[in-house]
Amino acid sequence: MPNMIRQSVIFWRAVASIAWSVLLLPPTTALYVVLSRFSLFHPLQWLTECLTVLTSASAIFSFILLCGVVLLVGFFNLEYYSVVPSIACSKIALLGHVLHPRQFFHSLVHCIMGVVVAWCCAVTIGGRYQALGYPCMKDESGPQMCLNENHLVLLLAGAFVGYSHSLLGLVHNMNYISFHTVQQYKYLCFKGTLPLVMRASAVQALYSLRNFLALYFFMGYVPRAWVCRTLDLQVDSSVYSLDCVSGLLDLSLLYQLWISASFLLFTWYITVLLFRIFVTEAYSFPVQPTFQEDAHQCLPEVITGKQPTILKFLALQDLARLSNHCPSRRQEVFSLSQPGGHPLTWTAVNRECLSLLSDLTERLVSHHDNVASNGRTKLQSIGSDKKTSSESSGRYSIFCHSRPFSADLESRGLPGPPHVLRTSWPLSPGYSSIQSPHIMRRGPKLWSASPGGGWGCGPWPICFMMSDWVLFSLQLPEASSQALFADSQAHIWALEGLSHLVAASYSEDQYGVVQTTLPSILSAMLMLQEAVDRHFKLPHASSKPGRSSFSMGDSSYKTLRFALRATLKTSIYRITATFGEHLNAVQMSSEHRKRLQNFLEYKE
Amino acid sequence: MMCSLALFPPPLPGDGETSHYYSKDEFTTDPSVWFEESHALNLYFPRESLKPHSRPESSSKAAFRDHCETLYTRSAGAWRDAGLSGLLNEIANSSAEVPKWLGVSSRCVLALLQWVSSFHGSLFPHLTLSSEEMTAEFSQVLDWSDCAVRGFAWHPHTQKCAVALLDDSIKIYNPKSSTSPTLKHRLQRSVAALQWKPLCASDLAVACHNCLLVWHVDPTSLSTRPSSGCAQVLSHPGHSPVTSVAWSPSGSLLVSASPRDTAMLVWDVAVESCVPLHRVGGGGVTHISWSPDGSRLMAATPSSLFRVWETRMWTCERWPSLKGRCQSGCWSPDGSRLLFTVQGETVIYALTFTDTPGLPLGMSGGPKAATVVADLSETSLDTPDGDTMVGGEIQSLAWDPRGERLAVLLKGDAGAGRPAMIAVFKTQINPAFKLLPCGFVQGEPGTEPRLMQFNPNFRHGAQLTVCWSNGKITHVAFYFMSARVPQPGVGGSPPLPISQGRPADYVNQTLYTELIS
Repeated sequence: MPNMIRQSVIFWRAVASIAWSVLLLPPTTALYVVLSRFSLFHPLQWLTECLTVLTSASAIFSFILLCGVVLLVGFFNLEYYSVVPSIACSKIALLGHVLHPRQFFHSLVHCIMGVVVAWCCAVTIGGRYQALGYPCMKDESGPQMCLNENHLVLLLAGAFVGYSHSLLGLVHNMNYISFHTVQQYKYLCFKGTLPLVMRASAVQALYSLRNFLALYFFMGYVPRAWVCRTLDLQVDSSVYSLDCVSGLLDLSLLYQLWISASFLLFTWYITVLLFRIFVTEAYSFPVQPTFQEDAHQCLPEVITGKQPTILKFLALQDLARLSNHCPSRRQEVFSLSQPGGHPLTWTAVNRECLSLLSDLTERLVSHHDNVASNGRTKLQSIGSDKKTSSESSGRYSIFCHSRPFSADLESRGLPGPPHVLRTSWPLSPGYSSIQSPHIMRRGPKLWSASPGGGWGCGPWPICFMMSDWVLFSLQLPEASSQALFADSQAHIWALEGLSHLVAASYSEDQYGVVQTTLPSILSAMLMLQEAVDRHFKLPHASSKPGRSSFSMGDSSYKTLRFALRATLKTSIYRITATFGEHLNAVQMSSEHRKRLQNFLEYKE
Repeated sequence: MMCSLALFPPPLPGDGETSHYYSKDEFTTDPSVWFEESHALNLYFPRESLKPHSRPESSSKAAFRDHCETLYTRSAGAWRDAGLSGLLNEIANSSAEVPKWLGVSSRCVLALLQWVSSFHGSLFPHLTLSSEEMTAEFSQVLDWSDCAVRGFAWHPHTQKCAVALLDDSIKIYNPKSSTSPTLKHRLQRSVAALQWKPLCASDLAVACHNCLLVWHVDPTSLSTRPSSGCAQVLSHPGHSPVTSVAWSPSGSLLVSASPRDTAMLVWDVAVESCVPLHRVGGGGVTHISWSPDGSRLMAATPSSLFRVWETRMWTCERWPSLKGRCQSGCWSPDGSRLLFTVQGETVIYALTFTDTPGLPLGMSGGPKAATVVADLSETSLDTPDGDTMVGGEIQSLAWDPRGERLAVLLKGDAGAGRPAMIAVFKTQINPAFKLLPCGFVQGEPGTEPRLMQFNPNFRHGAQLTVCWSNGKITHVAFYFMSARVPQPGVGGSPPLPISQGRPADYVNQTLYTELIS
């Protein structure tokens, strides 16, 4: 029950975003009609035609269909979104993602929706695109129905664009929702992103169209023959077929295809954009409950909660914001509970943030150990791990890790580690040790070597070289590093929140509740700093991904590790700059003291 | 009551009393660096030793481009370098190689583009300036184009500074280390501003000609020439020249501004992503200044309008109807007051912001009108050498981190016999805002101040670093006992012996007092 109440925040935000995208549909459709009927030399006729089309019954029917499509797209957004990107560590894993039944369903539905939108477009454009068949005269047997290939091409293009939208959405992680560092009001945010979305949809439509035309040029006769046979239509031999160069170079057809594809992508992108803006809007959780019944909606409760991940993220974001901007809410965090006088709020917040940090440290250390021991254990592990690795490769190498909202079953099936996060987050250490390159290497290795007669295929070194080569071509560099830091937005907020609270406690904490936990906070941060430093010495870890031009896929997860590193340093500096020499009185190990001294002297 | 220059003690002839200044025979082995006994860093960059980039980029292009390239390659290059207009220009210029209709149509489109841009330029006259002229116009440095030192930045936490020079290099000086790294980068041209990242030891943001560079200078490294791999290049189409950068005081965000771009960019530097904040009106953003508490940001535009942004939800408040464009602005250390000056006027205005904690968002505590707090119009002061004219337009403002001294760089006018000069005010913020005259800072005879900044790590009062027209950088100390508790952690400067420091503040009249209502 409490879970449902919490979930409802997200649900209502999604509903609001879908409502707005439906409301934005009429102006978009009007714009589309105006553009699709564009004629330079008859402006008056053009405008009157647009008006008649917009008020006709068929337009209203197709508009209702479009609303249905937008609702469905919005529903898919809500169902498929995630705040932790799913990163494929190798190309095989990516292939696995594409062939996943869930993704297949997504692609299929988008394909069908693409056809529906294209049909609506065809009806709106009218003229020679209006219907699939038209009456034609053949020499022998009187009037017949012939296939209108223009209409067919439009429908097929819609299907192709819908499918490629779904596929590219997977490859570029379009379902990933990133939180922006700059919070703006929703309207301003939308207004600022709108031109980019327009450009992205127009450009993406061009690329999709190019691919579609190439495909149609070679394979176009297959759907044409199929449609003709099923619907018993004739091919009009007096008209050129479109799967030849001269047929496809029809400028009017290309323009209509492009405009329709842009319209389709634009409406869908707008839905995605609005969903992102609404869901990531900052939510202010109460720090302390006014009534006991509301206790589960409070910040400390939500932060320590398990599901869903997005609420945890929102709570951490709220923590970072309140610690930076709101003195009054900070005061509530530092306050003591009324009967008993325990700093319950601070303890809960502090414990959760520290466990997040130590979790990441542990993950980084185990990854580093795996990489470091990779060379040594290679030979020994082959014999002993043969059986287990074939299991694990079947289960894990295909799906590098499960999506947060799809595979709860799988994660629940694991032996329950004590830590809260391990069951709730897909990228917990339990997984990361399995998805580390060490084991990722073994899966493909078996797969690539076994067809050639198992391990007896020849001298060992050649075998290794072969498999290494296959591996090299399949593995995506820096993906393992990206995967390690995939959920680092939470760590960034935890660091910011903690460090701002600690810095504020210097002057605001009346009861000294922060002071007692200062050693553990410092040591957690310094340990993480050490692990991060070591991680960045690995190959590929510090190489920056090339900046991609704007597309709807958010690639900010690729650079989260740099953001984490910068935030970590800033956070430690914030504490050292505030407390200064007083930190010498804090108990800590000599190694940590040495590191801290570097920070005090501004030498890090 | 308003403060005016007539109430100031007259400047002394020759070596001013308030500026202790060293003559050339005190040079040690290295002619450009020497330390006085108080460990302050005095630097000297003779104008003659620095070679500026004399050739503008457009004229050098033809010298290096191979004209044997095909039209396609050249067009692609032009598109990359100068966008659509460059491409059209290239096509129009190579009429022999292209079909006639293409050449004619590209010439037509080019003419149309030029007509549109001239119309746009008539709305915003600054758009007709070249990039260099624009940087010189809107820079906080007086006479930027001919100044040996084009930028100066103290590190906010340690005794370390970065100096941008006329030859587009940046030098970093640290009294505790023997190496002084020189930063050079292919894209580091016409540096307009630079700032160290707060809460970080190594990051330095540099506003360059058409990009923003963020250098990561490892303080423990012994290298004197960090490679360009240490610099992050942040660029955004249409965002050039960059004339101002400002780090948020919490060190998380970087804001950059360009007079050609109506959007102000908020960068997340580690991720290299930016959020453009568009607002209609103004025609660009020239100067930005973040309040020390991080809650507000002032953004001046080339027209008579400036904005004060609130940094939680990034909404802004417009301050239109000035007499000219806002030239400079600075915040009080608690972020409650903004002083600004307007081009063409000789007064300092103040805005007071009061935050009510109960109201969550917006500019609830914003002021309704700006008040004039000081009048710096021309006056003649009696000196032993006869009357001296002082006053005039204001180039820039600087407020020391404790809020006790305010330095005002006056533009001066060589024709009217008014030299550029720094006037210093004593200020008090709490309980009421007060402005008292303090004195003038003058250099050697014949030199003028170009740029000034307060040292954030001076423990015994305030220390004003001044870059002079002859390429010298000196430090003027104002010793006083601060009424405020020194900020924790802002330190690291060695304890200084108080040397020949006759306190410069000898006038104790209150000249501007805010009425407490």
